[in-house]
Amino acid sequence: MFELRNIGLEVDDENRHVEILKDISFSVGERKFVVITGPNGGGKSTIARVISGVMQPTRGSIFFGGKDITALGITERARLGIGYALQQPVRFKGLDVRDLLRIAAERELSTDEACDYLSRVGLCARDYVHREVNASLSGGELKRIEIATVLARKPRLAVFDEPEAGIDLWSFQSLIKVFEQMRAEIENSSILVISHQERILEIADEIIVVANGSIDRHGPREEILPSLIGTTSAVSQCTKLLERS
Amino acid sequence: MDGIQRRILEEIADLHEVPEGAYNLRVNGKSEGRRSTANVEIAPKPEGSGLDIRIKPGTKNESIHIPVVLSEAGMKETVYNDFYIGEDSDVVIVAGCGIYNCGVQDSQHDGIHRFYVGRGAKIRYVEKHYGEGDGQGKRILNPVTEIYLEPDSTAELEMVQIRGVDSTERMTRAEVAEGARLIIQERLLTHGSQYALSAYEVELNGENSAADVVSRSIARDDSYQKFDALIKGNAPCHGHSECDAIIMDNGRVLAVPQLEANNLDAALIHEAAIGKIAGEQLVKLMTLGLTEAEAEEQIINGFLK
Repeated sequence: MFELRNIGLEVDDENRHVEILKDISFSVGERKFVVITGPNGGGKSTIARVISGVMQPTRGSIFFGGKDITALGITERARLGIGYALQQPVRFKGLDVRDLLRIAAERELSTDEACDYLSRVGLCARDYVHREVNASLSGGELKRIEIATVLARKPRLAVFDEPEAGIDLWSFQSLIKVFEQMRAEIENSSILVISHQERILEIADEIIVVANGSIDRHGPREEILPSLIGTTSAVSQCTKLLERS
Repeated sequence: MDGIQRRILEEIADLHEVPEGAYNLRVNGKSEGRRSTANVEIAPKPEGSGLDIRIKPGTKNESIHIPVVLSEAGMKETVYNDFYIGEDSDVVIVAGCGIYNCGVQDSQHDGIHRFYVGRGAKIRYVEKHYGEGDGQGKRILNPVTEIYLEPDSTAELEMVQIRGVDSTERMTRAEVAEGARLIIQERLLTHGSQYALSAYEVELNGENSAADVVSRSIARDDSYQKFDALIKGNAPCHGHSECDAIIMDNGRVLAVPQLEANNLDAALIHEAAIGKIAGEQLVKLMTLGLTEAEAEEQIINGFLK
């Protein structure tokens, strides 16, 4: 359904030649929930940017539904059915939550429909639908609105880059429920999540471990997860809180 | 009125026909229709230079429309309209000017509006400026707005100029007495080689007086804008001004927020931010299926909403 074939990405950074991705190849099958984990700085988010078209690889090819989409831009990939939730959601002065959902859905939404998407990400919808997507929203609220915009697109491949980053424990609990529900209801689509979270790894069909710009391991959850427990590639939310304190 | 005049009227006042309530419609320097009501009297000034509009005390939920349309090239006029708003009234005033210029000579309307807002009264004033026409003649609007707020009164001003006006110098002056509030929302979009100056001078003279002046603007192409807002706190008061501008292409913006505290208990704040549309905002909307140009348009429309 979706495939990265021999993807490489090299950039020149302050007179230094850096190889961010080295020969990345994997595929995501129909109705699969795949999680990419691995140490920070290993290239995980770059893979998400390459899939969505925000960054262009310097080598390799990307296939989606059997079609080579390597040369396509962000807009064209989005229109083909690739959804992408950014790690750092963007704020907009003047655009409200309903505007974003309307743009995502590509049609006018009734208040009930807009509220439905917000309820699915655990937001008390009527309080939010007319809120401006500006600095008055917390990180956790923005993250959930970001996820709601991806849900509203009904993408064939949804990519979530660290959906749990920067949110509090309460938000985290309800976020896990969102992903558990998405996992249960998966239909004619696939989900790719970048995350270190044990509870997200636990619902994966497959796990890919990325380190130093390469794929270190890739296989079914049962095979990969046991080797990750206790490492930074599979942490519980409590561990993260302890690290912060 | 002809088709062009009707369309301009729709742009500036959302009017398709004669409005309800009191109104005066000025087209090419002449009154094309006027109506007073039991509570609102619209009368021409004796010397013919404008209108005196008197609103009786206690008038509630009435609207007054005074739109101006210029469709003859080379037309230049200065109009003085004075509004006397009676105590404890609550009214909406819709003004605005639209210029259609397809000739080579400049068209210019300078509207000087003075508001005397009585004790406890509340007004909402909506003013839209708009221009179109493919002539070489410039479309020029230089509005002057003066507001005198009596104790415990409120004035909310919404001033919008989106496209089409080649040159504008907008001066807004206000004097705010105790317990009175002034709220100004300005929306401005300039393009081509347009020039816009928007200057405010607000004097907070009474205890617990307050002012909030917020401008959101976009400067595209080679246009230039200057936002100059001075708030003087002469008593225990609250004053806030905000200029938020997006620049595109070769657009330029100068923001000059000024505060003058003349009283120890004057609380004054200003904010100014100028920048281009953030790349990440475009990326986010493109991941939702918009092209870059569509994304830009959505951001602009939202910003000026």
